[in-house]
Amino acid sequence: MTHVLGDRRAIFMLLAPALTVYSLIILVPVIWSFGYTLFEGNAIIGFDYVGLQNFQLLFTDAHVREALSFTVRFAIVLTIVQVLLGYGLALLYVFVLKKASNLVRTLAFFPVVLPTVAVGLLFQQLFESAPRTGPVNGLLNVFGIESVDWFGSSTTAFWVLILMESWRSMGFYAVLLYAGLVDIPDDLLEAARLDGASGLRLVRSVVLPLSLPVLLSAVIFSINGTLKIFDSVLALTNGGPGSTTTPLTLYMFQTSFSYGQYGYGSSIALLLTVLCLVVTLFIFRSARRDLTKA
Amino acid sequence: MSLATTPTTRPLAASSASAPRRLVPRRRARSIGTGILTAVLLIVVVGPLVWLVLGSLKSQSEFLDNAAFALPENWLNFENYTRAITEGNLGTYARNSVLAVIPSLFLTIALGVAAGFALEVMVWKGRGTVLLMFLAGIMIPGQMILLPLFTIYFRAGLTGSLWPLIITYTAIGLPLTVFMMATYFRSVPREVFEAATLDGASILRMFFVVAVPLVRNAIFTVALVQFFFIWNDLLIALTFVNSDELRTIQVGLLSFQGQFGQVEYGPTMAAICLNVFGTLLVYLFLNQRMMTGLTAGSVKG
Repeated sequence: MTHVLGDRRAIFMLLAPALTVYSLIILVPVIWSFGYTLFEGNAIIGFDYVGLQNFQLLFTDAHVREALSFTVRFAIVLTIVQVLLGYGLALLYVFVLKKASNLVRTLAFFPVVLPTVAVGLLFQQLFESAPRTGPVNGLLNVFGIESVDWFGSSTTAFWVLILMESWRSMGFYAVLLYAGLVDIPDDLLEAARLDGASGLRLVRSVVLPLSLPVLLSAVIFSINGTLKIFDSVLALTNGGPGSTTTPLTLYMFQTSFSYGQYGYGSSIALLLTVLCLVVTLFIFRSARRDLTKA
Repeated sequence: MSLATTPTTRPLAASSASAPRRLVPRRRARSIGTGILTAVLLIVVVGPLVWLVLGSLKSQSEFLDNAAFALPENWLNFENYTRAITEGNLGTYARNSVLAVIPSLFLTIALGVAAGFALEVMVWKGRGTVLLMFLAGIMIPGQMILLPLFTIYFRAGLTGSLWPLIITYTAIGLPLTVFMMATYFRSVPREVFEAATLDGASILRMFFVVAVPLVRNAIFTVALVQFFFIWNDLLIALTFVNSDELRTIQVGLLSFQGQFGQVEYGPTMAAICLNVFGTLLVYLFLNQRMMTGLTAGSVKG
């Protein structure tokens, strides 16, 4: 029986196509991209070997510092907001709405499937200040507050981005965490209730510890997505005002395709990859320790 | 809004049994609170979309002269839509998207399901390593592979077609597909496969006749998730498509404003609207199965 399930020809036939495509289109380019970091030029004009010059530039470039700082700030804030909102919604689904949560769950999932570009353009119009007053500013005016030029300063643009991404993703994290919450055994909750725990106390002492593993995967999922944010920024602010909302992803794209510097672009991409890897491993390890302690 | 008034009944029963009278007003306050919370949630989610639809029916002068909340003056003004589709080329963009998405979706699912089966059900040395290798792909940012791929496609003379998109989408979809399919196959009792081999089925026959039908729902869920990933992609399409007649719908939408100039609100809103509600229709149509799949599926911690 293991003999049949270990049939090498069948394994090869099932696995080889996927492995070939994956290796050629993902793995080889990753290594190739490593190689590019030592060169200057692009696909059209050709390449020159420059040694470690790109890395030298990477560590002294003020734009990289700005992009890195934006990327990290954005990822941390958005991850916290996304996961907290999602968790709040999931608690609402499981403990308050219960059976009636189906419709709300479906509706709150709407924004998740919408194209980012469309949502970005929509939010651009929602927060417009000139030449036309958009609904958000219109609402502020009703309460006697002056219109705000949301995309005119880096701080407001940052928060509009956070708001839009939260709107887009909270339904997703809600469903993800909901899946973890419905798995908590009913008799456990019933026992805690009989012991007098209710409301926030029940959440803090019983529900939260039990949903830590699924919260952890939500955080890892979220931080990996937010570090790679690209579409939303491009569609909503295009990195502006100036380059104050430009993440590493967008800076890499501009360097490579607007300025044709593949070598330097690859170095920025490498920095981004290392960042994703380090952050994920860090969260994973620190969470592991906490979990074993608890 | 029957939802808003749904009282929170049962689980309180245990604690309220001792002092039923005192708890009634508190319970009513709670259900009102729940109603308000749900209503706010729905307004936040649905509000922007309603405003979008209203906007797509307004004329240019309404946009400039009336308040942002004003209702459209003529509810049957579909001129924006016809302009978006004809002058805005939205029809061509949508066709390109379909032509790129359907083949890559089919390929990524076919290759991914087979690989997931080989990695989870079949027994061989080194399968753990290969699975891990696929997993690593989930973390790699698209930016890391863009430049070499661009060079490859440029040298191979593929840049004037949709092939770069189809190939790249297929490969990028593989890690998640393989990973999710492997987890779904893991939840099928091994005895099922062992019994099938005892009955004398060859592996390939068993794969098509036993394994694939068993995880049919899972395949459907993964396909839906991948569909939205590919359909909504911007990075790959923006990089590998350089002519207007090959643009996908997302790239086309991004360049839309430039085409009509910043001032033309109506057609832009109509184009966003078509994109948003087209996607939403697909989701609503297939939603129930997707939700069950996501909830029962692999993403748990």
